[in-house]
Amino acid sequence: MGNELVKLIDTTLCTACRGCQVACKQWNEMPGLRTKQTGTYQNPPDLQWNTWTLIRFQEYEDKDKNFTWIFRKDGCMHCTEASCVKVCPSGSLYYTDIKTVGVHHEKCIGCKECISACPFDIPRYNKETEKVTKCDLCYSRIKENLPPACVKSCPTGALTIGPKDEMIKKAYARVEKLGGDANVYGDKFVGGTHVIYVLQFKPEVYDELAKDPKVPQTIALWKSILKPLSLLGAGGVIGGSILHYFIHGPHKPHPEHYDEPKKQGGA
Amino acid sequence: MTNHYCDLKNADVILIMGSNAAEHHPIAFKWIMRAKEKGATVIHVDPRYTRTSARCDFHVPLRSGTDIAFLGGMINYIIEHNKYFKDYVLNYTNASFIVNKDYTFNDGLFSGYDAAKRKYDKATWTLDKDEATGIPKRDMSLSNPRCVFQMLKQHYSRYTMDKVSSITGVSKENLLKVYKAYSATGVPDKAGTECYALGWTHHTVGSQNIRAMSIIQLLLGNMGIAGGGINALRGEPNVQGSTDHCILYGNLPGYLKMISASCDTLEHYLKKYTPESKDPQSANYYQNYPKFFVSFLKSLWDNKATKDNDFGYDWLPKIDDGKHYSTMHMFDAMYAGKVKGFFCIGADPAVSTPNSNKVRKALQNLDWLIGENIFDNETYQFWRGPGVDPKKIKTECFLLPASATMEKEGSQSNSGRWVQWKYKAAEAPGDAIPVGEIEIKIMNAVKKLYAKEGGVCPEPILNLKWDYLNDKGHYDVIKVAHQINGVFLEDTVIEDKAKKTTTLYKKGQLVPGFGNLQLDGKTACGNWCISGSYTAEGMNRMASRGKEDPTGLGLFPNWAFAWPVNRRILYNRASCDLNGKPYNPNRKLLEWKGDKWEGDVPDGPWPPQANKEKGKYPFIMKTDGVGALFGPGMVEGPFPEHYEPLEGPLAKNPMSGQLINPAAEIFDKHSDVDKIARASEKFPYVCTTYSCTEHWCTGALTRWQAWLLEMQPELYVEIGDKLAAEKGIKNGDRVKVSSIRGEAPCVAMVTKRFKPFTVEGKTVHQVGMPFNYGWLFPKDSTSDSTNVLTPTVGDANTFCPEYKAFMVNVEKA
Repeated sequence: MGNELVKLIDTTLCTACRGCQVACKQWNEMPGLRTKQTGTYQNPPDLQWNTWTLIRFQEYEDKDKNFTWIFRKDGCMHCTEASCVKVCPSGSLYYTDIKTVGVHHEKCIGCKECISACPFDIPRYNKETEKVTKCDLCYSRIKENLPPACVKSCPTGALTIGPKDEMIKKAYARVEKLGGDANVYGDKFVGGTHVIYVLQFKPEVYDELAKDPKVPQTIALWKSILKPLSLLGAGGVIGGSILHYFIHGPHKPHPEHYDEPKKQGGA
Repeated sequence: MTNHYCDLKNADVILIMGSNAAEHHPIAFKWIMRAKEKGATVIHVDPRYTRTSARCDFHVPLRSGTDIAFLGGMINYIIEHNKYFKDYVLNYTNASFIVNKDYTFNDGLFSGYDAAKRKYDKATWTLDKDEATGIPKRDMSLSNPRCVFQMLKQHYSRYTMDKVSSITGVSKENLLKVYKAYSATGVPDKAGTECYALGWTHHTVGSQNIRAMSIIQLLLGNMGIAGGGINALRGEPNVQGSTDHCILYGNLPGYLKMISASCDTLEHYLKKYTPESKDPQSANYYQNYPKFFVSFLKSLWDNKATKDNDFGYDWLPKIDDGKHYSTMHMFDAMYAGKVKGFFCIGADPAVSTPNSNKVRKALQNLDWLIGENIFDNETYQFWRGPGVDPKKIKTECFLLPASATMEKEGSQSNSGRWVQWKYKAAEAPGDAIPVGEIEIKIMNAVKKLYAKEGGVCPEPILNLKWDYLNDKGHYDVIKVAHQINGVFLEDTVIEDKAKKTTTLYKKGQLVPGFGNLQLDGKTACGNWCISGSYTAEGMNRMASRGKEDPTGLGLFPNWAFAWPVNRRILYNRASCDLNGKPYNPNRKLLEWKGDKWEGDVPDGPWPPQANKEKGKYPFIMKTDGVGALFGPGMVEGPFPEHYEPLEGPLAKNPMSGQLINPAAEIFDKHSDVDKIARASEKFPYVCTTYSCTEHWCTGALTRWQAWLLEMQPELYVEIGDKLAAEKGIKNGDRVKVSSIRGEAPCVAMVTKRFKPFTVEGKTVHQVGMPFNYGWLFPKDSTSDSTNVLTPTVGDANTFCPEYKAFMVNVEKA
């Protein structure tokens, strides 16, 4: 595949079969963990170290009481101006040759700074390995001219990938056809993301979707002054924590959704 | 399916009713999405808003078990508003035929009912024939008050908007919306299709649900056309293939009829099941039934089956007339201690069969139980199930490891009747072998014992030709496939009168199609439907992977083999007018070119109907050659009629004095376990059950898969937010769902996707539960089977259980 690829998520074609959620785990060799039924189809309840993509289920009633069950595939947006890359002190997060955000897991020092910096709340920390994980758009597959596992698994054509211009054009054509509040999400901020959505409703309707994602101003400061400093500290954690405090205030960890981090069954 | 998956893209209107296609056929659903992208209207009628509803143009909620009322209302609407396709109805259905003068319908009962036996005598459900010619009488003006059309009109005139709305809980506005959109396809250049699945079959009136839709499709001229038809979306693991190969007790392979005791000789049997027509324009293709049947007998016993011994007819087991042998009957007999041994292959009835507490008790009466499966399950482990003391169980249990589908080569049939060859992807682990090999090895051991020790009725066992092991002693799937296709047992000359050719086929050569099967024992054929899956030269057509699409309709004639004879759309001659010109030139499925048909493989080579001398009617498998708006095929009447489910919220059927299907068998011999609670204050909510996308059936295969279990970890009940508020139940609360037969603890999923219905002026709440869980796995499971709740009752024709409508209570645990 050529340079600068964009993955298009057309939420209006998604049936929430969650083939993508499973295919992602299969390709990336992530285990399935024991969960609980909490009153929703959405499970695990959030992105998780073993869950790099998640279908969010949302029951939505508009002001006229028209009901829709919204499905949104959540996961890394692969920003052009990626906050996570900017703050990563170890070089674990990096821009690939196709402009996506790749991960060198072996380099991750577990400082979690990317977690605070991400405007989309994507990276997740694995306390057993003490590393952060997230989607790398199946870079290993793309290098072999294969679509990402999620795209490969999608039966309805809700997920497609291709050259950036082509996909953005496709997204706008689709939005025009859909009419109403339909919109393209992703191409206009953080330098343009490499995952874009066709949304049926305005972005503010969607659970856990950033309305106005941007690279925090303070990250520029971080990059030029504090990032080199942080490496002096133990694994960058001290420097990271100090900075974190004065950018974001106290860090709110993601809740643990599993009773025991043990897998069951085959995978 | 009368049509096939790719063909769904050709529809202008798709009615998904009785199916949750997006969740249970996620891959097939792409064809529905393609139709929608091209502008088709996609409608979902279902009690619950599902992932399917989310992708449809609109969702219309309907109370479980009231589909016939809904469809009856549509028939009424189509006739009253002149929406039917007149040319089609007149020429290709039995609308103009005259109904027997003694046929009646009164207050929910058709003529011939025997209340004591809960059974009809169908003698009056017939159509009049001309005494001299034996050809059915017709009134082409459709004005004769006894003609089928007028009788149909009269029957469904009772299904008024008010009545239907009151029964189904569907608003009149919504009814009209669906009726209008769907009946708009009753014109030559529009196609409407219907997709159903277990949402229609899992009812005491399951077959009649489908019959009602068939009537609509005939009225609108939607049968036999691209983008039309009645399309049963069938399950992943070869449901179509197993049905074609007679998984149901009433069938032999290829839907040949199971033999009953009264058919004491081959002659009597063939006389009973070979239809006769005096009408020269009716192809009456089933007149060939004896050839298919004799060839089947030859496939079992080869040269031991001769004309002198009725081709071994006596060696086949015979069922008792009027007795039924469904799984429910089997467990009923097992519960009564009449069944001593049980082979349970690839199934988990302790979870899947209704009233599973009864099933689990029944299993305790067995002397032996043999399981064949890829995983252990709740049935094989019944002896240590909830509340069971293993010390008190005398049953000896075996579990034989079977290879999984991807660990073996063979054919697999999809819903569109495409028999597709697949190859082995991986070696089976350990000692696992294909189930076919297990069966043959067991049978070979039985044969040896018979040969050594003798035994009762040895002929069928000793004469059985099951030479399907290869020289290494393993299952030879190619040998089996050849036998299914059919083989010439002697040198045979076949004359083709139409083409004026004669062809010599050598002994051992494969039969090129079921048209060549012989009555005299010269051919053997395991399943006439699948005949032609090989060419006479031995090419496996099931393995063909050509992507050519000459019609542009997505028929893909060179991809796999579609039975029968690679026909992609059944009854396709009905897509053309009397002269063989396509009704819809934009979707040209077939066209008569003066000397032959062009397009799909036609339903027979004959010229179109207008040719009075050689032409044939299009519905060649029907004795009269036309689609049956009225017919004797079903046990509960020639027209579908609304009856309430066995357990429902109403004490009286608003349509008639018959509350439930009068022909449904009631299992009440064991009153201690087969209790019923109807219109009861203790169990006030309608419950329906289903599968979820993430698990397969009982979950016996998928609960062991951590990725799938992670997404759907345990049993839940979907409950509308209004009912939940009434009961003080919050989302995620642990609750207890109970019916009069059992209790199922689970988690409440409070949702806006279930809305209360207004039925006969009262609010009726409905809840729904998946049936994918059991106690065995995961190990910390707090879930058990949903089927501890469901009643032992089924469709009156097929005994498909009524999983989709029964009564429960929901309380906070």
